[in-house]
Amino acid sequence: MVSSQSSNITLDGEPVSFSAGETLYEIAKRQETIIPTLCYDPRLEAFGSCRLCMVEVDGIRNPVASCTTKASDGMVVRTTSPAIEKHRKVLLEMVASENPDIAVDPLRGYASQELGTLVDDYRADTGRFKGRQSGQSFQDDDNPFILRDYDRCISCYRCVRVCAEQEGDYAINIRNRGFNTQITTEFSGTLKDSSCTFCGQCVQTCPTGALADKKAMRAENDPGEIKKTRSVCPYCGVGCSVDLLSKDDRLVGVQPAMDGPANQGALCIKGQFAFDFVQHNDRLGSPLIRNEAGELEKTSWEIALDRAADGFREAMKTHGRQSIYGVASGRTPSEADYMMQKFIRAGFGTNQIDNCSRA
Amino acid sequence: MSNPLVDMQKPDVIFCIGTNMTECHPVAATGIKKALRRGAKMIVADPRRIALADLADLYLPIRVGSDVALLLAMAHVILREKLYDATFIDERTSGANAFLEHVKDFTPEWAASITEVPAADIEKAAILYAQADKGAIFYTLGITEHICGVDNVQSLCNLALMTGNLGREGTGINPMRGQNNIQGAGDAGAVPSNYPGFQPVTDPAAQSKFEALYGRKIDLEKGITKVTALDQCGKSIRAMLIDGENTLVSDPDRDHCEHALRSLDHLVVIDIFLTETAALADVVLPATAWGETDGVCTNTERRVQRLRAAVTPHGDARPDWWIIAEIGKRLGLSGFEFDSAKSVFNELCELSPIYAGLDWDRIDKGEYQWPVPDKEHPGTPILHQEEFKNGRGLFKVINYRDPAETISDDYPIWLTTGRRLQAYHTRTQTGRAQGIDYLLAEESLEIHPTDAAERNLKDGDWCHLSSPRGSVRVKVKLTDRSPKGTVFTSFGFNNVPINVLTGSGYDPITETAELKVCPVRIDPA
Ligand code: SF4
Ligand code: SF4
Ligand code: FES
Repeated sequence: MVSSQSSNITLDGEPVSFSAGETLYEIAKRQETIIPTLCYDPRLEAFGSCRLCMVEVDGIRNPVASCTTKASDGMVVRTTSPAIEKHRKVLLEMVASENPDIAVDPLRGYASQELGTLVDDYRADTGRFKGRQSGQSFQDDDNPFILRDYDRCISCYRCVRVCAEQEGDYAINIRNRGFNTQITTEFSGTLKDSSCTFCGQCVQTCPTGALADKKAMRAENDPGEIKKTRSVCPYCGVGCSVDLLSKDDRLVGVQPAMDGPANQGALCIKGQFAFDFVQHNDRLGSPLIRNEAGELEKTSWEIALDRAADGFREAMKTHGRQSIYGVASGRTPSEADYMMQKFIRAGFGTNQIDNCSRA
Repeated sequence: MSNPLVDMQKPDVIFCIGTNMTECHPVAATGIKKALRRGAKMIVADPRRIALADLADLYLPIRVGSDVALLLAMAHVILREKLYDATFIDERTSGANAFLEHVKDFTPEWAASITEVPAADIEKAAILYAQADKGAIFYTLGITEHICGVDNVQSLCNLALMTGNLGREGTGINPMRGQNNIQGAGDAGAVPSNYPGFQPVTDPAAQSKFEALYGRKIDLEKGITKVTALDQCGKSIRAMLIDGENTLVSDPDRDHCEHALRSLDHLVVIDIFLTETAALADVVLPATAWGETDGVCTNTERRVQRLRAAVTPHGDARPDWWIIAEIGKRLGLSGFEFDSAKSVFNELCELSPIYAGLDWDRIDKGEYQWPVPDKEHPGTPILHQEEFKNGRGLFKVINYRDPAETISDDYPIWLTTGRRLQAYHTRTQTGRAQGIDYLLAEESLEIHPTDAAERNLKDGDWCHLSSPRGSVRVKVKLTDRSPKGTVFTSFGFNNVPINVLTGSGYDPITETAELKVCPVRIDPA
């Protein structure tokens, strides 16, 4: 910090410096002090509705929400105390009682385990306030991508806020308040009839699995652990980072990488939902060569590669090295493109190579 | 892109031309939406009232193929109103005098007669862009897929140069690339004019370097482009190796293309599906797909990132690099003994000055944007910060030309083509993803209600769409997103092979096909 009078707070007894505008939650996070949250998503403007993140500040009578409270010089902050922990537990019990059950399959979405994990951590009694429930599932939405299981909605509005602030689509909104709260589209209809682009961002920020990835859920009962592999989306040139979800060697879903350098957790419909071409039945499984009858037939790699090489050797012999042309792709990895140009340049000494960027 | 994607949230004025960003690059478009919420202003120039136009402060519905006229007149206004950045022009550019003299002739009134945009709106756009502290330009294929694609891009450069909107945060000229590794394909040297890392094949120093590395003589002449190669099939070109491209559906003038590939003596196609193109081959070699392959790709902001395999390859599929290397070895070539994608990528880094500071392990987290000239270099998020690659930014004198074909009594309607949000390219991939059909089951021709009424066409009716090269059957969809006199469709569906119609001309420099403009006739089917 450059400012002469340095700004400090005391966090759980330790002096910590901060920069102007930082919230108590952000400072604690930086210090690796864990404060539980539910309505918070670091990419969104803090909302302060769930009250789970509350902390005690000397001189302020009631606890404050750390996600919305900005630090000021000299604040003395306690992130935990018996009173606070008790309060958090009660809050969780109230929230959890609204839901049919808490455990949901992690395939539902990136953040879907948040509520369940907190309920476990706090050993919250989920039956304590039974009988009061907000949100009604929208079973009539037959879209193949997003399950709208609002029975599990806890009204944190993360979906509504991510749609507005991150995606910029304003497809969904909040109707009514309190226990009648319902997340809905403009005309209370299906997502297809709204301005929704099926980017899936609401699914991935939902902390309870109320919004869930229907495509991934197809594999809910498949055997095997979920494995996550960091990669990059295969479609456009933005290059969004993704985690591929696989189970027992089957690709079952995609989740955005929240720390993806090009996308910070965003995806579009293609990156999010159009992955199942990979293990599709139409995939080519073995080399093919054209037979006497003029049809393509299956063969071994040895035979196919020999035949491929023979044809190029033949063309070079009869028509010269300029007669061979290579077309590389903008969709294969760079190693394929590099090899293609090396094949043409080292193989024939020409520059007869191009890629498909022109089309 | 000259600037990074995070910069998209930072301009004061955004000028989008020829980019349907909300559909083609939706995640990039979210950056623009954030800038707008922050109070940035946006100008959108596009023949169609695309979704982006709804968000614009100023929408310029230009006639297809008239971009150069618009940009000349904007430069004219910036000069007339003395809104140019004299210091930037003095210190960082050359050729300004000739350019500024040239644009004096091109008034907004002149441009209005060509672009069909009111002169007053052209003035407003010019003033808005030139007065921005940070003005950023974004474009895609709507600018490049024309006979004057290079002129279009150069005209945008002229605007950025004269207003000093380059080399700073939140500015720049930013083409959005359409395929996840189209940048990487160029970086790796899969082009007729450059070795890896954009080292020109016509540079004798580069030639000797690669001759030594590859152990043989290599021509000093550029190769021919793919477009010319297709023209030459069965003549000077006799054998082709095509990797991962469905040429037949994506390229213009499909009949010509099919005829070309059929007249080859030898066609080898590497792909993950038996595409329309692969079906013509003598040998088809199955490649591993995304999700099954380790590799590297470079995005539109020059960020070099790792792709990782999550599952075992399908059947007997093998990585593309392995397949090509095996063919090379069978031709008795040396230097094709690679044991992994890593070893191939590291060789590419050693040979390319822009990747010199990179290797497989260093790009693990994807934090580098090239050029990265050495191992200490942090990467280059913003290009042209201190100076341009070749010293000074060059103004070019550009003149407007009509498209290769213009509308006539026989073909009175402009057809323009593009992509849709839910489908990608020739749909070999999205077409096989479950659920996509729910949103996009079939192709349609977007037509203005008046144009439809004049032909007795109702929403959902079939029509014949014809150009001098052929005819296709397609359902019409009435919408006022299409202006009167212009229709739109995508090239994604094989049962509506729109590229049977296109292909009237090519840019003389890049030979990019004029896919965006094609005069057509519409008759009820
Ligand atoms: S999928 Fe995307 S656009 Fe649709 S409601 Fe969710 S966040 Fe909004
Ligand atoms: S998720 Fe969408 S925006 Fe991102 S890279 Fe994939 S296709 Fe492009
Ligand atoms: S996380 Fe702070 S109030 Fe919800």
